[in-house]
Amino acid sequence: MKTLCAVLLGVGGLGCPAALALAESARALGLPLRLSLVDPDRVERSNLARQILFRDADRGRLKAEVAAERLAPLVEAVPRAERFERATAPGLLAGADVLLDGTDDFATRFLANDAARAAGIPLVYGAALGWRGQIMTVVPGHACLRCLFEGPPVNDALPTCAEAGVAGPLCALVGAAMAGEALALLQGRPEDLRAASALLWWEGRTGQERKVLVRRDPSCSFCAPASSQSIADRR
Amino acid sequence: MITVRIPAPLRPLTQNLAEVVVDEASTVAAAVEELEKKYPGLRSRLLDDKGALRRYINIFRNEQDIRAGKLLQTELLQGDKLTIVPAIAGGR
Repeated sequence: MKTLCAVLLGVGGLGCPAALALAESARALGLPLRLSLVDPDRVERSNLARQILFRDADRGRLKAEVAAERLAPLVEAVPRAERFERATAPGLLAGADVLLDGTDDFATRFLANDAARAAGIPLVYGAALGWRGQIMTVVPGHACLRCLFEGPPVNDALPTCAEAGVAGPLCALVGAAMAGEALALLQGRPEDLRAASALLWWEGRTGQERKVLVRRDPSCSFCAPASSQSIADRR
Repeated sequence: MITVRIPAPLRPLTQNLAEVVVDEASTVAAAVEELEKKYPGLRSRLLDDKGALRRYINIFRNEQDIRAGKLLQTELLQGDKLTIVPAIAGGR
C-alpha cells in the first residue's frame, strides 16, 4: 500500500493533539503514513499546558524534533524545523496528500490556503481563540478560505491566540477534529468529512456547535476562473 | 426583531453580550447602522472606510453567507438571525 503523506503546519496547541490523534488513528487502521511536522519554534514552559506532546525537560528543543520523536513509534514522523513561507511552501508540500494548518498568524493561514490550492491538495484549517474553535476543510474544486474571508486583516485588527489566549481543552477538541478530517481525506472517505466546504465552530463555554456552508465565491481572488493558480504576490 | 450573534473579539463593544437584537432593519447594512447606534464602534470593526464589509469578517444571514448574495444589501426579515464570523488565526 502506498505511503500517504500529511503535512502539519504548526506543532502547537492545535498541532500537538492533531498530530497525536492522526498518528494513533493511522497506526490503529494500519494506514502507512508519513507525517511531516513543520514548525521552526522551540518548546517554552508556557506551551506545556496545551501542547501535549511536550514535557518540561523538552524546553529549548525544537518542537518539530521533539514531536517527531514522540510520534515515531506510530508513524513515519519527519521533523521540518522551517518556517512556511512562499519560498519554502512548494518544497514542504512536495508529495503531500493533505495539509493541516494549525499555525497562529493570518498571513501564514492564507498562504497555506493558496499553497494547497496551487498544489491541488486538500487543506484542513483549524483555529482557536479564547473559548471558540473552528475548522474548515478546503477540498480542491470547492470553496476555499478566501471564498469565506477575502484576506487577512491589516494592522493586527484581530488578535491571535498569543495575544488573546486560548483555552487548552478547546485546542484538544479542535485538533482532534482536524485529525478526523485529515483521516477521512487520506482514506478517500468524503462522506466522513464534517467540515467540507463548511465552517464548523464550537463555543467552548456553552458547548454550542454550529455549522454554515461556504459556497465558492465567483469573485474569489484565487478560485475565480480568470485568476492564475499562483501563490505569488498574494496577501 | 433581528438577532445578531457577536463573536468574542467584538464583545467588548457590546458589554460582553454574545447576542444582541436590532428592532428593525430591512437590510444587513441597515442592521449594522442600528448596531452602531446601540454599540458605538461596532460599525468600524465590520466595515472599512468605504463602507464595505472588511475582508476578514463575514456575516451569515441565518445559514447563508452574505458574500454569496447581495452582501450588505442582503434583505432581512423579522426573526432573522445574523451571525458575525471573524477570521481566527490562533493555533499555538
